[in-house]
Amino acid sequence: MGVLDLLGATWTYLLANWGNFTTLLIEHLELVFVSELLAIAVTVPLGIIATRNDRAKGTIETFGNVAQTIPPLAVIALMLPLLGLGFLPALIGLFTYTLLPILTNTIAGLESVEEGTLEAARGMGMTEWEILRRVRIPLALPVIFAGIRTSTVLNVGTAYLAFFIGGGGLGVWVIGGIKLFNTPRLLAGAIAGALLAIALDGALALIERQLGSESESGQAAAAA
Amino acid sequence: MIRFENVNKTYPDGTEAVNELGIEVEEGTTTVLVGPSGCGKTTTMKLINRLEEPSGGAIYYDDTDVTDLDATELRRKIGYVIQDVGLFEHMTVGENVATVPDLEGWDRERIDDRVEELLDLVGLPAEEYRDSYPSELSGGQQQRVGVARALAADPDVMLMDEPFGALDPLTREELQDEFLDIQSEIETTIVFVTHDINEALKMGNRIAVMNEGECVQYDSPTALLNNPATKFVEDFIGPDRTLKQLRVLRVEEIMESEVPDEHRTVVDAFEGGEDAVMADGGELIPVTPGDSAQVALSRCIQADVEALPVVESADVIGVVTETAIRHRQAEEAS
Repeated sequence: MGVLDLLGATWTYLLANWGNFTTLLIEHLELVFVSELLAIAVTVPLGIIATRNDRAKGTIETFGNVAQTIPPLAVIALMLPLLGLGFLPALIGLFTYTLLPILTNTIAGLESVEEGTLEAARGMGMTEWEILRRVRIPLALPVIFAGIRTSTVLNVGTAYLAFFIGGGGLGVWVIGGIKLFNTPRLLAGAIAGALLAIALDGALALIERQLGSESESGQAAAAA
Repeated sequence: MIRFENVNKTYPDGTEAVNELGIEVEEGTTTVLVGPSGCGKTTTMKLINRLEEPSGGAIYYDDTDVTDLDATELRRKIGYVIQDVGLFEHMTVGENVATVPDLEGWDRERIDDRVEELLDLVGLPAEEYRDSYPSELSGGQQQRVGVARALAADPDVMLMDEPFGALDPLTREELQDEFLDIQSEIETTIVFVTHDINEALKMGNRIAVMNEGECVQYDSPTALLNNPATKFVEDFIGPDRTLKQLRVLRVEEIMESEVPDEHRTVVDAFEGGEDAVMADGGELIPVTPGDSAQVALSRCIQADVEALPVVESADVIGVVTETAIRHRQAEEAS
C-alpha cells in the first residue's frame, strides 16, 4: 500500500469512528491538562520554598530528579499495583512525570533575579513577601512558563502510555492498532497526537510571548 | 540625625568590618564615607538602614536606636541608591519610581504627580520616559531613575553606595553636577559611599576617611586637604593635594567685589563683547561665584591674564585674581 492510500484509509477510518475518536481525544486532553495543572499547583510553591531554604532545595530537587529518572512507562506501570486500573492511576503517573521541568524552571527563574535588584528592593523597605510577589515572581514568570510549555508537550506523548493501565486516551488506538495490525487505526491515533503536540506548543509559545508584556502591564495596574 | 556610637561589626567568619566607629551625620549635609575597598564603608552605610546589624555599639536615627525601629518602616523613610541601580526590569520607569509611594498606599493621583515631578527633576521628562522600560535606557539614565526612585517618598535620609561608580567619566561628572543641584534644592541628609577621593571632595560637606574598619579622619574637605591626620590620609589624598585644594575652593570665597584699577581692562574687555578676545589672542571666559578656583586659574592661564571677571546672571559682580588664588594656596600650605 502506498503512503497516499494509507493516509486515505486512515482518514476513512477516522471518519467512520469519529465518535470513538472524540471520546479518546477528550480523555487524552483531560489526562494532559489535569496532570499539568496539578503539577503546577504543587511545583511552583515547592520551587518557591526551595529558593528560600537551601536544605529544602536539596530534598526538593532530588525528589524532582528521581521522579524524572524513572522511565515514563515504569512510572505508569508502578501505579498499577499501587492504585489499580483506570483514569486516576494514569493521571497520577503522568503528574509525577510532569513535575521536574516545571520545578527546575521555577527554581532557575526565581534564582535568575539579579542580586542588585533584590538588594534595591530590600533597601527600599519591601518585605520578603512583597519582594516575592512584586519582583521575583513577575521576573521569573516567563522562565516558569517555559517549563510549563516543555512539560505539556512532553505530557502529550507520555499520555499514550495511560492505555496500559486502562487510563484511556489516544494510546487506545495506537497501541491497539499495533497489536491488531490495524495501520489506519494506529496512524489516526498517532497523527492526531503529533498534531496536538504541535498545536499546543504553538499556542503556549504565543501565551509565553504575551506573558512577557502582560506581566509588565499587570504590574502597571498593581503599581498605579 | 544619624549617630554612630562605638559601633562594631564582625561577620560570622571573623572579619572585622567596622571597628569602634563613632561619627555623627548632621541633618541636611552630605557625609561621604571614603576609603579603599574592604575598609568597611559600605557595611557602615548598611548599618543605618539595617541591611546589616551591628555586633556592638549602637546607631541612632533621630536619637532612637535603629534596632528598636521596625526595619521595613525605617527603610521606607530612607532612600537607597546602589551602584548596580537594581531597577525592576519588568516595570516601566514610572512604576519603578512609584515603588515606595505604592507600598505606602498613596492614592493614584498623588503618585502620578510625584512621579512626574521627580522624573522632571532628574532630567528625564515624564511624557517621554514614564512608560519606557529600564532596558531601553542608557546606564546614566538608569541611575537617574534610581535616584528618582529613592527620592519618591520624600525620604529624610538618602544612602548612596557608589551611585555613579559604574558610569563612564563624562556621564559620572554630569550626574555628580546634577545631583549637587538636586541636593541644593531638596536639602536632604545624604550618606554617600565612594572609593574615589575626588568624588568625595566634590560631593561632601563632611568626609569620613576609613581604613580597615576605622574612621581615620572626619572633617570638612578643606580641613582634610589642609591637615591630613595621618600618613594614610595623606597618601589616600595623593601627591596633587594643592590642585585638589583649588578644586574645593569656590571663587566666591576669594573674589574681590571692588574691581581694582589694574584689572579694569579684563572687565571692560568682557563687557565689550560676549566672547572677548584679548589683544594677544587668548580667549577670555568669565567665571561664576560657584566655580572652583581650579577653573578660574585654568582660565587665567588660557587667556594669559592676571584676573577674570566674576559674572552672575550676566552682570559682572567682581574679579578673581591669580594672585589671590596663589596667596590663599600659600596660606593654606603653611
